[in-house]
Amino acid sequence: MFAWIADMIVYRWMSLSPGEHLTEALHFFIYDVQKILFLLAVIIYGVSFIRSFFPPERTKKILSHKREFIGNIVAALLGVVTPFCSCSAVPMFIGFVESGVPLGVTFSFLIASPMVNEVALVLLFGLFGWKIAAIYMGTGLAVAVAGGMMIGRAKMEDQVADYVYQIKMPEVEIAALSWRQRHDYAWQYTQDIVKKVWIYVIVAIGIGGLIHGYAPEDFLVRYAGRDNLFAVPLAVLIGIPLYSNAAGTIPIVHALMEKGMAIGTVLAFMMAVTALSFPEIIILKQVLKPKLIGLFVGINAVTITFVGYLFNAIL
Amino acid sequence: MEVKVLGAGCAKCNQLETLVKQTLQELGKEVKVDKVTDFPTIMSYGVMTTPALVVDGTVKVSGRIPSVSELKTMLS
Repeated sequence: MFAWIADMIVYRWMSLSPGEHLTEALHFFIYDVQKILFLLAVIIYGVSFIRSFFPPERTKKILSHKREFIGNIVAALLGVVTPFCSCSAVPMFIGFVESGVPLGVTFSFLIASPMVNEVALVLLFGLFGWKIAAIYMGTGLAVAVAGGMMIGRAKMEDQVADYVYQIKMPEVEIAALSWRQRHDYAWQYTQDIVKKVWIYVIVAIGIGGLIHGYAPEDFLVRYAGRDNLFAVPLAVLIGIPLYSNAAGTIPIVHALMEKGMAIGTVLAFMMAVTALSFPEIIILKQVLKPKLIGLFVGINAVTITFVGYLFNAIL
Repeated sequence: MEVKVLGAGCAKCNQLETLVKQTLQELGKEVKVDKVTDFPTIMSYGVMTTPALVVDGTVKVSGRIPSVSELKTMLS
């Protein structure tokens, strides 16, 4: 269907003839934009519908009885399905700590939640295929479990802002939502996300298309290929300031991979984009002392770099 | 009646505040809407996701913006 619409627009309405470089690039662009926006709308609706069954209050209750390791795994998985935005990071953190969720388990949740997010997964699935999307999800969860366990072992409980321990929260019964309310919630969320990212998707796919069409075939092999050992850490460093903008980076990275950027480097870059961001660090400063923030960023950066080298070596 | 909107200044929190004010006006109620932005107070209501709406001390909704008809029931 997307190909048919792209055919209509490019060949019929604009009456361009098939086979030419520019025509094909335009066709490709229109096809990809449609496909990604469609996938985004459908999958985000589905994911947020499922999410309406996992309010953080419930997640908190599940996690407060969990031990290390099992707790970290459950926390990482719940991180994928629990609604999360950076403005809720602080109340969620306080809520978890208050109800006795171990610090390491809390961090597994905090790492997984932004990293394995639905926008990134949709773009990976739509542009790279399901295998890469699955690898990203699997390693993302592994990074969250490992990172959370390391932070848990570091015994940094005294590095949480003191006021956090003084907060007492009452038990609140959250009324179950009706199907109508779940639909409203999912629909609203889908609109919000699509409104926020559509322009990035279009621009990034456009840039990706230009790279695809005009950059020489192997121009990145030397700089970002698997033989360049600096490529992975550099990709992680570049990824941090690109604030969770999966929609704007993945299409470009996709084109860069075609031109020789190694797959491990690609994965590490995307994980750095989603998992580590300056605004989130600033928000977390409200509840964490500098030493713990440093550890959080450090452990994330190191595990992500490790993932990059690992996949460059085995794939 | 005491109406509070909880939220540390995110876009959705402002949206909810405006919507609550509009709905109150439609219902013909002259009620001041308090905005609570500091985390300790927000958390003292047991809320983990913002925006949230508190009417007369009970949390009516958290983590989402309710529909106008829902809001009307909550506020009347």
